[in-house]
Amino acid sequence: MLYNAPSPLEVKVLTRRFGLPDSTSIGTYLANGGYAALEKARGMTPEAIIDEVKASNLRGRGGAGFPTGMKWSFCPRHSPKPKYIVVNGDESEPGTCKDRLLIENDPHQLIEGVLIAALAVGARAGYIYIRGEYRYLIEIMDRAIAEAYEHGYLGNGFDLYTHTGAGAYECGEESALLESLEGKRGVPRIRPPFPAVVGAFQCPTVLNNVETFCAVPAIIRDGASAFADLGTPRNGGTRLFCLSGHVNRPGVYELPMGFNLLRMIEEVGGGVRGGKKLKAVIPGGSSCPVLKAEECDIPMDFDSLAKAKSMLGSGGVVVMDEDTCIVRAALRIMRFYAHESCGWCIPCREGTTWLRKLLQRFHDGQGRKGDIALIGELAGNMLGRTFCPLGDAAAMPTLAFVEKFRDEFEAHLDGKPCPREAVYA
Amino acid sequence: MPDLVKLTIDGNHVEVTRGTLLIEAARQAGIEIPAFCYYPGLSLQAACRMCLVEVEKAPKLMASCTLPVAEGMVVRTQTPAVAAARRSTLEFLLTNHPLDCPVCDKGGECELQDMVFRYGAGESRFAENKIHVQEKQWSPVVFYDAPRCILCFRCVRVCGEGMGVGALGIVNRGAQSEIAPNGGDHLDCDQCGACIDICPVGALTSGAYRYKTRPWEMTHSPTICAHCSNGCTTTLGVRNNRIIRANNRDRSGINGEFLCVKGRYAFDFHDHPERLKTPLVRAGGNLAPASWPEAIHAVAAQFEAAKTFGVIGGSHTTNEENRYLARFAREVLGTGNIDHHRTGDVATLLASGAPLATTADLYTAGAVLILGADLAQQQPFLSWQVRANHRHHGARVYVVTPGPVREDQYAEAAVRGGAEEYGALRDRLAAEPDLVIVYGDAIKGDAVRRLVAFGCSLGIPVKYVALVDYANSRGAVENGLTPDAGALTLPEMLATNLDVLYVVGANPLKHGPGIGGQGPGFLVVQDLFLTETAAAADVVLPAASAYEKDGTITNVCGEVLRLKKAVETMGPKSDLEIMQRIAGEMGAALSAEPRAWTPATDARPDLVWSSRDSLFTSGTLGRYSKLLAAVRA
Amino acid sequence: MTFSPELEARFARLLESYPQGRQRSAMVPMLLYAQDEVGHVSRELIEEVARRVGVEPLRVEEVAGYYSMLRRKPLGKYHVQVCTNISCMLAGGEEVWEHACRKLGIGHKEVTADGQISLEEVECMGACSWAPAIQVNYDIHHGVTPEKLDRLLDSLRKLQ
Repeated sequence: MLYNAPSPLEVKVLTRRFGLPDSTSIGTYLANGGYAALEKARGMTPEAIIDEVKASNLRGRGGAGFPTGMKWSFCPRHSPKPKYIVVNGDESEPGTCKDRLLIENDPHQLIEGVLIAALAVGARAGYIYIRGEYRYLIEIMDRAIAEAYEHGYLGNGFDLYTHTGAGAYECGEESALLESLEGKRGVPRIRPPFPAVVGAFQCPTVLNNVETFCAVPAIIRDGASAFADLGTPRNGGTRLFCLSGHVNRPGVYELPMGFNLLRMIEEVGGGVRGGKKLKAVIPGGSSCPVLKAEECDIPMDFDSLAKAKSMLGSGGVVVMDEDTCIVRAALRIMRFYAHESCGWCIPCREGTTWLRKLLQRFHDGQGRKGDIALIGELAGNMLGRTFCPLGDAAAMPTLAFVEKFRDEFEAHLDGKPCPREAVYA
Repeated sequence: MPDLVKLTIDGNHVEVTRGTLLIEAARQAGIEIPAFCYYPGLSLQAACRMCLVEVEKAPKLMASCTLPVAEGMVVRTQTPAVAAARRSTLEFLLTNHPLDCPVCDKGGECELQDMVFRYGAGESRFAENKIHVQEKQWSPVVFYDAPRCILCFRCVRVCGEGMGVGALGIVNRGAQSEIAPNGGDHLDCDQCGACIDICPVGALTSGAYRYKTRPWEMTHSPTICAHCSNGCTTTLGVRNNRIIRANNRDRSGINGEFLCVKGRYAFDFHDHPERLKTPLVRAGGNLAPASWPEAIHAVAAQFEAAKTFGVIGGSHTTNEENRYLARFAREVLGTGNIDHHRTGDVATLLASGAPLATTADLYTAGAVLILGADLAQQQPFLSWQVRANHRHHGARVYVVTPGPVREDQYAEAAVRGGAEEYGALRDRLAAEPDLVIVYGDAIKGDAVRRLVAFGCSLGIPVKYVALVDYANSRGAVENGLTPDAGALTLPEMLATNLDVLYVVGANPLKHGPGIGGQGPGFLVVQDLFLTETAAAADVVLPAASAYEKDGTITNVCGEVLRLKKAVETMGPKSDLEIMQRIAGEMGAALSAEPRAWTPATDARPDLVWSSRDSLFTSGTLGRYSKLLAAVRA
Repeated sequence: MTFSPELEARFARLLESYPQGRQRSAMVPMLLYAQDEVGHVSRELIEEVARRVGVEPLRVEEVAGYYSMLRRKPLGKYHVQVCTNISCMLAGGEEVWEHACRKLGIGHKEVTADGQISLEEVECMGACSWAPAIQVNYDIHHGVTPEKLDRLLDSLRKLQ
């Protein structure tokens, strides 16, 4: 199903079949070019498949943006161990709701992407890890997998299964996801070794986000350059941006990499709701440092956002209008990370909890002078020192909120209630 | 030629074996990198983040506990950035730590205190509420106070990896994470207390020790555990002449930090209220208190008058005492009727000339074969050694036992019968580089000789351990507590109407046939308690326990270990002193040249039988440990 | 424990989904699907799952306490989960949450006296672009307002 109207500015590659009647069925998929890329890949050497993916400039859509082809090439093809493909469908980054649509509307595209990856590395089985809340997606995916078996795409040397999570953001981190897949607490592993070498069940594993795998059939079918040319240098293709917050037309839109953020808000999202002024945008999910309105004239690709000291992340574009209380946003995000910290390492476990309590007190009007500096220092003390990226994910946005909107924090001092609280009442 | 790597740590040039972790390389160079979760011998975690250091070219601080050294690596452990990271980690830790140090058992030997002292900030910036949860008791031994817990997971690992029990786990998530026991609200485990000792803070405390003393108020005496034959060093903490606790945190002794429930907690027999404090002499049918001179005189007079003697020695008395007793029997009493309760066939093994294994061999051997013994229950330190060898060196372990044992979890093969299985096992053993065979009391006499022949036939180096039960069971065999050729054995002594039966540190009437006929004319017993045998005696002489005397014992592997007196108990005397007093009273002196004595080479298989103690029993001695009784319940 | 034939069939499929000797992998899915049927993760269920995947119950306890969807106490027949994370918050999710609490007279992870409805304030459920969102058991509802919530809660009451 689709929950928002498409935008004429969209470039539909991964979403091309969205909205077709019975779009989840293999019949629809086959009638619309499905599994042609797999046929093509079967005529290619594994090296050629990986080279093609490398040349497409496809970068991981989960958030880190690591070049996908390179990741595949780390998998020791000639290892005597069985190899696995694992799909990260644990979509949990606040602001992100795209993988859900990809599975909901076109599950065979994902299966085809996985099958091509399996050819590239010689894998014998795959697991699609889907967050537990997305129960209905597991049903859709299981039906599609059954169809793929019936049509012989699966079962001839490659088996594919769904695996449900049960509520843990941390399992979006790839090594934590593997622990979870093995029936353990979703605590990340010590790396190296990386999953490409020691992954699922101690075997070499290719692990990518749903959207990443979904991009693969198009790359193979249309050629690497066709995909790469859609985006900007080193940032190939399109991606699904999840526009949320204070815009007139929030929704998930497939746009070329490098699409201008302001234009996205204005032309795709129909501008800020209620004619209000734009205050800030979280460009790639809650862990990405916020951009002030004046920083939003920026191409949405990995490199441009890194240059702006933020991140493209998972594609969750959260728009905040002038009435938004930044302290409240910072608090809500820290509540999330404190709730989701796995508890393994001290700086993340204690840092997120402390910051949650501090920000709550601060927002409740009990802020003290030194608190603003302390918030920054505590976040700084987590940054780069935690066991896994969750600590950074909590620290980076907090640092940016304090640095860029210090005046809003100061406005909460001296027992004053949140100056913007009235607008929510 | 070891493969060496050169690196620089704080300007010092360091050369270490390739694969060494940076934290260990620094320690080798005398540079301390603080850590909570890193613990030598246990799996790596990189969880506490205390060991972060600067490594040149690395974009951020690196955890030195999981970073193998690399050629040319330049490391700095004393920079402002490192100091700031340590200070901040400690500040984070203290946010939910209750800081109840004045009433915490760990105060004074708490690693968190030490770290804050060395690396922490002088003030606290945390102004929010702490998370509080109630303390829980999981067993008579183990208490858990979650707020104090810093979640280093050492306890979980020492229980799962070190002990092979896995009775502890982690529940909940984030700041609500806690350690949890396997029984839901209680622990089903060995009650060894390793989790408590390894806890860097006061989160896990022991029911036996809590609130009794401050650690610095104790003196510490390393001695050997009085219970089983493994010979673990247990360091006794003594205050006001009472043993308050036992542990081995300094890893002295063959056992490193290992101790089982007995070594750590079952010292409590030493001040049991039923402990004998004065000699008892039978008068008018009842045992009545007597002075030492009276009692010694009564014994000496009977010894001088008697014609036939039987002497039964113990499995807990020291080598010096056993040697003295053997000579006293043969040279002063003039009898070869001397024996003790034999719990394993050491004699045949010694006579075979086969190579003997040490406890250290069990940690280094390429392979271990366990025959007819439940090591985890009966030989807990040997079980620890074999497990550690498997974990650290990949040793292959083979088990042949009548029922399941803990070693099954990781054994290459667990054989429960079936001739075909034995054939396959033989081939696999022959393919090993070397082997230690550990065998229980079912293998004795000719079976030992056949076992040694089997070992020889494998064509690989093989060493042996004959398992025995008690602290000095092996020393009893090696120091002459076996009958001369043709002389009476223990059961024969009990069945014969001898003039005198002299029992030193043994309780032969606990099991076995009992006394035949009218019994001995005169029964003298030296012991700690009024045991079944002591209760039947004419004179009972109160003896000092192992913790109240110096001397040596010989453990199951033949290693001679030193007892160090930790406490003084008024009244009892050491068995050596008692024997010397009797000899003195008799006007007898042992000759300068001891009489030649040949240990019995015929092991009399019928006389070898193990008491089959579990972790929670310990022969007669175990009955007087309240703690063992509590954990058994 | 006895389960429905459908759940038993799912368990059987799950146990076949992982490589030999890796049946522990089925633990989390088994707990979640069993919870859907029996209501919560009881100690009895933990022991049952432990037996079926071949581990000690403590290993299942560790997992059960980690995942936020697994609950150790029974909740309502209809479990209403309100997202208040950033995108939903900006769209009025916190107001929906407060409205739900007031309307039902219960708070976070509490159950109405009749045991029919329970409430939970949850983290992002992946409906950010159609916020604010709630989930009733596994059904996601987009663009929820206090008025829409009222209608939904009333319809749940009628379903009883």
